[in-house]
Amino acid sequence: MLDSLLALGGLVLLRDSVEWEGRSLLKALVKKSALCGEQVHILGCEVSEEEFREGFDSDINNRLVYHDFFRDPLNWSKTGEALPGGPLGALRAMCNRTDLGPVTIALDSLSWLLLHLPCTTLCQTLHTVSHQDSCPPGDGSPVGKVHVLGLLHEELHGPGPMGALSSLAQTEVTLGGIMGQASARILCRRPRQRPTDQTQWFSILPDFSLDLQEGPSIESQPHSDPHIPPVDPTAHLTFNLHLSKKEREARDNLTLPFQFSSEKQEALLRPRPSQATSHIFYEPDAYDDLDQEDPDDDLDI
Amino acid sequence: MFPELNNLLNTTPDRAEQGVNLTMARERGQLVFLEGLKSAVDIFFQAQEKPHPLQFLREANAGNLKPLFEFVREALKPVDSGEAGWTYPVLLVDDLSVLLSLGLGAVAVLDFIHYCRATVCWELKGNVVVLVHDSGDVEDEENDILLNGLSHQSHLILRAEGLATGFCRDVHGQLRILWRRPSQSTSQRDQSLTYQYKIQDRSVSFFAKGMSPAVL
Repeated sequence: MLDSLLALGGLVLLRDSVEWEGRSLLKALVKKSALCGEQVHILGCEVSEEEFREGFDSDINNRLVYHDFFRDPLNWSKTGEALPGGPLGALRAMCNRTDLGPVTIALDSLSWLLLHLPCTTLCQTLHTVSHQDSCPPGDGSPVGKVHVLGLLHEELHGPGPMGALSSLAQTEVTLGGIMGQASARILCRRPRQRPTDQTQWFSILPDFSLDLQEGPSIESQPHSDPHIPPVDPTAHLTFNLHLSKKEREARDNLTLPFQFSSEKQEALLRPRPSQATSHIFYEPDAYDDLDQEDPDDDLDI
Repeated sequence: MFPELNNLLNTTPDRAEQGVNLTMARERGQLVFLEGLKSAVDIFFQAQEKPHPLQFLREANAGNLKPLFEFVREALKPVDSGEAGWTYPVLLVDDLSVLLSLGLGAVAVLDFIHYCRATVCWELKGNVVVLVHDSGDVEDEENDILLNGLSHQSHLILRAEGLATGFCRDVHGQLRILWRRPSQSTSQRDQSLTYQYKIQDRSVSFFAKGMSPAVL
């Protein structure tokens, strides 16, 4: 499922956390797109161009167009080197692209954009960018699919903006893992189909190719060495914990005092011949008032 | 200076330092020290001809740390006297949580660190070391955004915390080391390590959990 993420168009959210970073997966998906022959645009706000391109070989790097917003995103240096309009301007420019082939736009990161831009503006721009292929130009020429990959750091945003971005996204990949093994929970919403929810274990190789895996193997959990025989704890005690056969039989035949067996039931139900009725011996005092009337007479039972 | 920590982080310094004389370093320009408290007093009681690094203290609205960044950049400029400048600078920030208390937003502080990274790490191939406090049980949204935002920008996170069981004379705390540099060849299993430590006179000794010499 992870390797077919790019088959659908639209917005793919890569939700990562401090423990499980998502840039490697973003780079792996960027590499995949580039290998498929797509043009790839990277809006780089968080890491330098060198750091992003690290690990890619030259033919991949030639296909990547890096828009550098790392060096001076807020135009503090005022040298005029900063790209006009900032990251939002660059994103909007991609809405009006003239080249109509399939394209992948990687946002590194969507969190940076969300912290610096109003949520509504960002959502509107993202919607326009990711739905370009559904609004073909008037001349009827086919428009290639647009994939927008957005890296989102979960811990930085409240439920409101996260919810807004989730509703825009066709696919959400949440990164996690156990014991050093990374996993991706993929929530996919396709039009007119039920949403699917799958978890895929994976690792990223040094050249940023995806290696899909089965899951954390049982053998990697610490377990005792099978060559050491288990120690019998009852072996060297000063008291006897074992039962002989006779003792075991006697124990099994013993009925416990509060156990309700069928014999006990019979004994209780069958009246004992020695006691037909029970007697009460009463010696009245001089001051006792014995009323022979039945006090419950007036009850209509 | 911290041989055990160097081992844990898999680093070896080029030369074994015997000790550093900070006063001498300051005199010859190797150390540039911005004393925040003193500077903050200056900004209120002395007229400033040019923007002061802590200019934001004077502003009514939540400002940005551009003047502070410019101070950092100026301090890192090579000297004009012609001698070789200092290489591989290190920027130490102690501590960022104070800036939040002074009224800056978490995003403004994150932007400052971003620019510091761009200049110190990318341009000058140096390092930035930042101290920030975790608000712990107290709900502090701004501090959480700062802490998490910084964590995402970092390549190495050292998280020091007290022991869950309370105070101990021989074990002062626990250090969790988290590497976030996936491009290195460290395997996934080595991503995070936890050690306990004891602070001594001039160094810190580290040991695996439960393996303090005092309790063995």
